[in-house]
Amino acid sequence: MTRGRRLHPALSGVLGILVLVLLWEGYKLIGPEKGWLVGKTRVLPRASDLAMPHVSTMISRLFEPTVGASTPPLWQTVLKAAIKSLGIAGVGWAVGTIIGLTLAMLMQRFVTARSAILPWVVLSQTVPLIAIAPLVRRWGAQLHLGSLQWHDWMSVSFIASYLAFFPVAIGALRGLASPAAAHTDLMRVYGASNWQVLRSLRFPAAVPYLLPALRLGAASAVIGTVVAEVSIGLRGGIGRMIIEYAQAASADPAKPWAPIGAAVLIGLVAASVVGLLGWCLRDYQRGENNA
Amino acid sequence: MIARALRLALPPLLLGILSLGLWEIAVKALHIKPFVLPAPSTIWAQFVKHFDNIVKGAVGTGRNALIGVLVGAALAILLAIFASLVRVVADMSAPIVAAASVVPIVALAPVLYTMFGADKQTGRWLVAAVSVYVPVYLNTLKGLRRAQPIHRDLFRANAASGWQVTRHLTLPGALPYVATGIKIGTALAVINALIAEYFGGPVGGLGKSITSSAASSNYPLAWAYVLGAVLLGMFAYLIGAAIERLASPRGAG
Amino acid sequence: MTTTSSDSAATAVSVRGLRRVFPVRGRPDVVALDGIDLDVAPGEFVSLIGPSGCGKSTLMRLVADLDDPTTGTIAVFGKTPRRARLDHDFGVAFQQSALLPWRTVSRNIALPLELAKVDSGEVKRRIGELLDMVGLSQFGDHYPDQLSGGMQQRVAIARSLAERPKLLLMDEPFGALDEMTRERMQTELARIAGESGAAVILVTHSIPEAAFLSDRVVVMSPRPGRIVDVVDVGLGDQKERTEDLREASGFFEAVKRIREALHGVEGAAPKAAEQR
Repeated sequence: MTRGRRLHPALSGVLGILVLVLLWEGYKLIGPEKGWLVGKTRVLPRASDLAMPHVSTMISRLFEPTVGASTPPLWQTVLKAAIKSLGIAGVGWAVGTIIGLTLAMLMQRFVTARSAILPWVVLSQTVPLIAIAPLVRRWGAQLHLGSLQWHDWMSVSFIASYLAFFPVAIGALRGLASPAAAHTDLMRVYGASNWQVLRSLRFPAAVPYLLPALRLGAASAVIGTVVAEVSIGLRGGIGRMIIEYAQAASADPAKPWAPIGAAVLIGLVAASVVGLLGWCLRDYQRGENNA
Repeated sequence: MIARALRLALPPLLLGILSLGLWEIAVKALHIKPFVLPAPSTIWAQFVKHFDNIVKGAVGTGRNALIGVLVGAALAILLAIFASLVRVVADMSAPIVAAASVVPIVALAPVLYTMFGADKQTGRWLVAAVSVYVPVYLNTLKGLRRAQPIHRDLFRANAASGWQVTRHLTLPGALPYVATGIKIGTALAVINALIAEYFGGPVGGLGKSITSSAASSNYPLAWAYVLGAVLLGMFAYLIGAAIERLASPRGAG
Repeated sequence: MTTTSSDSAATAVSVRGLRRVFPVRGRPDVVALDGIDLDVAPGEFVSLIGPSGCGKSTLMRLVADLDDPTTGTIAVFGKTPRRARLDHDFGVAFQQSALLPWRTVSRNIALPLELAKVDSGEVKRRIGELLDMVGLSQFGDHYPDQLSGGMQQRVAIARSLAERPKLLLMDEPFGALDEMTRERMQTELARIAGESGAAVILVTHSIPEAAFLSDRVVVMSPRPGRIVDVVDVGLGDQKERTEDLREASGFFEAVKRIREALHGVEGAAPKAAEQR
């Protein structure tokens, strides 16, 4: 592992982004103003500045005031919304991870629970809970748990957790079941309790399966948050902002790209957090390498 | 064989029936208002009553998803083959694809509507296509890189060209991975085609119908459309699973 | 380790009329073991040898309480295998070293002690002793994937000895090693077994390995798994089993006798296979 080789992916990544930008600007240069229609279907986009603003316009728009002269620059407004959405997604991810791990432990321990629950876990993801986001919000409004008041952002987190729990449950189940027979035999010989087997063997062995699952879960939580913000109509987050700015795009075409960029950023931050977790748990990702 | 299938299906079926029963009883016994949660029987009644509209909506959303799958998967497979042959392409696209896999693609819907026109479905196709593209590309690339060294040596010893190796060794070996990618992508395409409708565009799909019935406080109808979406999602999942099964090596099914 | 002084405790392992049948769906049951009687004295080194399918691994798993007999009894130091397992009376080693890849060598060896809640000072002291015993003092902080196969297997042996068991159960522990490493490991095992004074049951399919290490070699036949012969090797005390022994005439004599006992078995094996 030389320094040069490590630099390579980052460099090629920058190159990749550059190619995207070139494609965008190149199409703007030669693409038809009104796009290209085959029959009634438009297969090529309109190349006008209104539909496809210049990349430079998108970037410079970030440093102009959000609405009027006295408002903070756009990037600040968008960043604030991004942090809020990231927080909501984080709560959803944490709750989803806890639920997913609990389900996986239950399914790993009890065969009946596994055969009864697993098909429903798989099926649950064909149910677009996002679709019932407006209904989830109504449930929340009906809830009165003592002094705890249900806020709309909790509905968003709830939906995010529903999307996040699935990959965690499946990944954790595979991971918890991954130790070789020799390892479980060994634990049995040592007379280890169920809890000891879980802590000393199954959880550490599950780490390599769990990390990709957690990353998928984080991505799902972010997607769930952005979409649920839209369908619930929660203000202040990135999802709602994308819609609002897109509606005003005819007057300010570069503006909607700012929250979209922020959504990309949230996804990347979420993935990096899991990456960091993976780095902390790197000892648990060693191969067995039996000669 | 039948007894085995029954034993596999029985626990989840029992759990499902039990949950539905509890739901029905809870709604009836606790006098839960329909705007909070309608009883399964109420939803079913609405589903039957508006069956034609639900099917129409499902066909509309399903068509968008299908076009997305076809375009996205075709593009993903071609580019994955290209990337497996030309290292630079793989390196250059890796960070972009990695980013695309953690990013809410559906957030692109509003600007796509602007680019292609808000009265056109093209934006939704693209959202579905991009969501399919990511898992198919990643899985195909993984599959293409999995060829056993011993097989590679065999082809090398026989002086096979790069394309011959791809055609006879890597592609057949990658097929199960491609299928897995398509299975994941199909489910994603349906959900993304559905929620792209929340972000604007023409009416007629299931997503628009859910939001418009919810907005007019007709919750049982909204739930009936949700049931339609569930069935569409299950249908897509079954097709995806069938593709995966067909492509899986014998015995691994 | 055991404080009982009853007659049955005079043997390390005592097996009587053991039978193990595996039911197979849609086919006749497989009789893995039938009519097995076997005694292993304290400190004795016994090898189980035979072609694949003779049930030698099954027998070891039954003694280790990793499986339950269909009929028959097993006593380990006069107790049921389950009791002996819960009392940590024996250690095990498998063909795969089965080290936990995320634990260092030291912490792998410490695992059984940690699970038995031995206090940490004692664990530390014991790890030092065991690392010395298997000659890996320099490697305590290494991870398994940084070791060669032979070294990994030595760690596994150290781990099996962690709780000073009076019985070691080993299932082809050197099966995955190359011939050179294998011979060196056998010499080391002979020394370690001598030093610890533990009885050993070793499952192997290597005739020289059985001859070199064992006091007695139990020759088994497949379908159903039975004991066909017990060869007394008796090449002397474990401490005398050094590299020189491999050149000694007594060793060749033992190899020959085990091979002859096995040849009777192998002649019968194909016929049995055809009947399936």
